[in-house]
Amino acid sequence: MTIKKFMMVNRKAPYGTVYALESLEVVLIAAAFEQDVSLAFLDDGVYQLKKGHQTKGIEMKGFEKTYGALEDYDVTKLYVDQESLAARGLTADDLCVPVEIMSRAELGKRMEEQDVVLSF
Amino acid sequence: MKFSILINEGPYTHQASDSAYQFAKSVLAKGHEIFRIFFYHDGVNNATRLTTPPQDDRNIVNRWSKLAEENKLDLVVCVAAAQRRGIVDEGEAKRNGKDATNLAPGFRISGLGQLIEAGIQSDRLVTFGD
Repeated sequence: MTIKKFMMVNRKAPYGTVYALESLEVVLIAAAFEQDVSLAFLDDGVYQLKKGHQTKGIEMKGFEKTYGALEDYDVTKLYVDQESLAARGLTADDLCVPVEIMSRAELGKRMEEQDVVLSF
Repeated sequence: MKFSILINEGPYTHQASDSAYQFAKSVLAKGHEIFRIFFYHDGVNNATRLTTPPQDDRNIVNRWSKLAEENKLDLVVCVAAAQRRGIVDEGEAKRNGKDATNLAPGFRISGLGQLIEAGIQSDRLVTFGD
């Protein structure tokens, strides 16, 4: 099978809308198709990776654990926009998985290298 | 060039489906090929044949069905997103014990693998969404 570089760009907070959850479903399927998958987190999307999701009060299924399980699907390229993190008072220590934190310009370069960019 | 299109928003609330439709028509008019159009998130709501917009407004669902019929387009609705939002064909109705169906002509329900395949097979996968 042809292997292409897929990047899922996550720009929204985890529970305000369904985009984060349904983006993860695309990530898992792309991994099942053995594609070269990476994830980018920017804007409010960086909140998806924040440690300690508590969803009981809003009666929604939490999916923080899924980010931790991505490694089992050989999805290890997680890129986080430094500016978005800083603007929200977050650092790498606040995140639930190991990521590569980079500047917007560097993230732009990674996007440029992709065959398919899906933005959620 | 071979295109695929991803639509992530429902009809009328958001312009994504309108823009995607205009884009699809232009792609075809320029002699390009459309490998697949995939509906995800609230985009699956583009596939219900039960919409009744006012007569002087565009009928977004019928427009997709017509474009698909005229150009033999593959309109695919994500099954998991469709199940959440009540977009049902006969197979899904049977499987999930529903008493009705609402999938519009020209659409079919299938898995997310169809989106990934579209990304692999097409020269360009163009997303319309928020």
